[in-house]
Amino acid sequence: MKTKSHLFSKTVVALAVSGLGIPFLIGTCAYAADISYAKYGDYASYGTAPDVPGPCSYAAMAKKNYKGRTLKVISNAVPVLGEPTVLHARQFQDLTGAKVDVVNVPFGDLYQRIMIPLQTHQAAYDVMFYPSLWIGDMHNFLAPVPAKYLATSGMKDVTTNYRDVATWGNQMVQYPVDGDRNYLKYRADVFNNPAMQAKYKAKTGKDLKVPTTWEDYNEIAKFFSGWDWAGDGKMHYGSAEVTKRDDLMFSAFIDRAAAYAKNPHVKGGFFFDLATMKPQINNPGWVKGLEMFIDAKKAFPPGGTNFGLGDEIFSFGGGQTLMSYTWDDAFIQSMEKTSPIRDKARPAPLPGSHEVWNRVTGKWDHFDRPNAPPYIAWGWTSAVAKSSKNKDMAFDFLCFFSNEANASLDLRIGRFGINPYRTSQFQAKFWEDKLGWPKDLAEKYVNTLGGMDASNNRVFDLRVPGVNQFMSTLANGVAEAMAGQKTPQAALDGVAKQWTELVNKIGVDKVRAAYANVVALEDRGR
Amino acid sequence: MNRTLGLGAYKQIFLLPGLLVLLAIVLFPLLFTVRVSLSGWDAISPGLNWIGIKNYQDLVGDQRFWQALARLSFMAVTTVLVQYVLGFGLALLVWREIRFRRFFRVLFLIPMMTTPVIMSVIWRTIFHESLGPANDVLHWIGLGPYPWLTSSGWAMASIMIVEVWEWTPFMFLFMLAGLVSLPREPFLAAAIDGAGPVRTFFNVTFPLLAPVSIGAIIIRLIEASKIMETVYALTSGGPGTATETSAYYIYIRGLRDFDIGYASALSITYLVIMIVLLTLIVKCLVRLFIGRSV
Repeated sequence: MKTKSHLFSKTVVALAVSGLGIPFLIGTCAYAADISYAKYGDYASYGTAPDVPGPCSYAAMAKKNYKGRTLKVISNAVPVLGEPTVLHARQFQDLTGAKVDVVNVPFGDLYQRIMIPLQTHQAAYDVMFYPSLWIGDMHNFLAPVPAKYLATSGMKDVTTNYRDVATWGNQMVQYPVDGDRNYLKYRADVFNNPAMQAKYKAKTGKDLKVPTTWEDYNEIAKFFSGWDWAGDGKMHYGSAEVTKRDDLMFSAFIDRAAAYAKNPHVKGGFFFDLATMKPQINNPGWVKGLEMFIDAKKAFPPGGTNFGLGDEIFSFGGGQTLMSYTWDDAFIQSMEKTSPIRDKARPAPLPGSHEVWNRVTGKWDHFDRPNAPPYIAWGWTSAVAKSSKNKDMAFDFLCFFSNEANASLDLRIGRFGINPYRTSQFQAKFWEDKLGWPKDLAEKYVNTLGGMDASNNRVFDLRVPGVNQFMSTLANGVAEAMAGQKTPQAALDGVAKQWTELVNKIGVDKVRAAYANVVALEDRGR
Repeated sequence: MNRTLGLGAYKQIFLLPGLLVLLAIVLFPLLFTVRVSLSGWDAISPGLNWIGIKNYQDLVGDQRFWQALARLSFMAVTTVLVQYVLGFGLALLVWREIRFRRFFRVLFLIPMMTTPVIMSVIWRTIFHESLGPANDVLHWIGLGPYPWLTSSGWAMASIMIVEVWEWTPFMFLFMLAGLVSLPREPFLAAAIDGAGPVRTFFNVTFPLLAPVSIGAIIIRLIEASKIMETVYALTSGGPGTATETSAYYIYIRGLRDFDIGYASALSITYLVIMIVLLTLIVKCLVRLFIGRSV
């Protein structure tokens, strides 16, 4: 039973959490005030957000009493996801009296640090933050999200894509905290520059337009490589892409290959043929994607064939390259006040292809409008361990982590790695008001992201048991082809052989059952 | 009854607890790894299910593992030899009375005191082909740019440069310790006989330091055969698989792919190969430096 003094102290803490100290109704914990992170670090410039009443709000958390209890949390290294985890853990501690131990682990070690305790039945962590594509390996160890959290306003606001990403079978086992997708980023100041347009036309006979096919992308990228198109006395290049083997390169490859290999007329699997479980990774569509990836090397900056995600963000964000395509973080960072290309970059959907491989007919299908399936590229997620003895507190923490105020503020901080995943976040006005973006940019941004969210021809990650091994094998094959050690066809034939062995090792039915969930998402449309 | 126990038996009884602790610490992890290597423990089938020697059979045909081992052997032997030559040279330099001798002794040791993974990250920045200073500096003298991390040969060279930079101080320290502990008499005798510095080095210094040299080279070879952080931070084994070493490949299979059983089999195989190779190398070194077999 809570005492009056306890309630009062909670109110005082909550006032401190608000950062601004704007007065609100003391004693009732009705948080009318705006929330700010200012108290917890250099977050003042990111503004405030209202504490929307509800079971996940600051006010609701301040009424909880978890004193004497400890919540163990594992998350990615700071800053991407790690920083908001630490921040919200501190806030949760201050509000509820709980002790929250956060372990931040580098991405490369996160999988084994989570999986070994789960497999050996140790309750090492109550809450886990990890990439959502691991669901195939994780789902048996996860506690389903209880109905009361599914009914919160924040959860109801999560878009279909990210509800799907969090769902295994018919059950939501991951708690959505982020929405990711890859899209194109380009330097609008160059594309809109009449002198550049004329130069490009003179050289290629074509109009300089934002590319809608990968062929156009490569051609434009190559044209803008190796000369000073920015007029700053430095050498500039056409394309920055994630090419480092063990640093998410597989996502960049899937971005490219999807245009050639994800045929909207063919149901039943993109990575495998669901009926036979034969890998499709070496079919002509995938091979074409790899050939185009290799061709783009001519437009990379020096060192561009060994770019990790950080290098790619730095290259495009630093003004070195004309185009790039990955997650939101790069774009949000490029729009921050300190960015050298602030207001110069614009988003667009990923390029596509007019010719798409049809694995049923064994022929290329022609599309007048380029086929450009959006790749719902994993995204961070969170979950509560089935073995946790603190499930109530754990779900409260996740509910608090992603409450409306936190979701709004986290979205504004590029390095946090939190990107739109709720309907309310696809409002241009939010980006205009809260981040100071120009209206046209804000509209283009939400339209690009919203369009991907509404697409009927989506590609999801290969969410099956052993996904890391499948992706590691794929990345290795692609890297061998990129390095010239093998031809694209030979490299992907090698990957297909290894995938077949893996499927047989894991069990064909087991992989098929898991992959059927992915195919169901891709095929059922919306 | 107690009287029947000899002194030797008492010694053994008193040694037993320590011995058991030692066995538990040293042998248990090794034996457990052997057991895991005979299981199919992975992300899907956790636990010690028995699959016999299947992992070992698989690794025989695993070209990537054998290529990584060959690559590692080349890198380890080359870098350790370069470290030995440089370390010995530097030790000879500051062995004699020179100005700022103490300063140089400390200066030469600094790379070894740094954290390998941190320094590898810094070296990656230095080698960054468009933003790093390596190409800029070379450009000033009319060289480059070089694809430090994106061409197979250059990436291998980059890793070896970092390894040599990081671990030459170890050789320096070892050889310097050996030099300062040498007796003065052989040098005085050589001087009386009119031997010059080169002859003194080859006939006195080098032979006298042979045991130290062998020890230093072996210790470094053992360490170098585990090259991991530098590869991880600099190239991640790329481009392609051009700089993948055994330790990095085992890391990928074990902790990235989570194929724990197979990675354990790789580890045990690698361990056996290393023991055999290093034993042979010790024999060769002894014959080379001391002129007799052991």
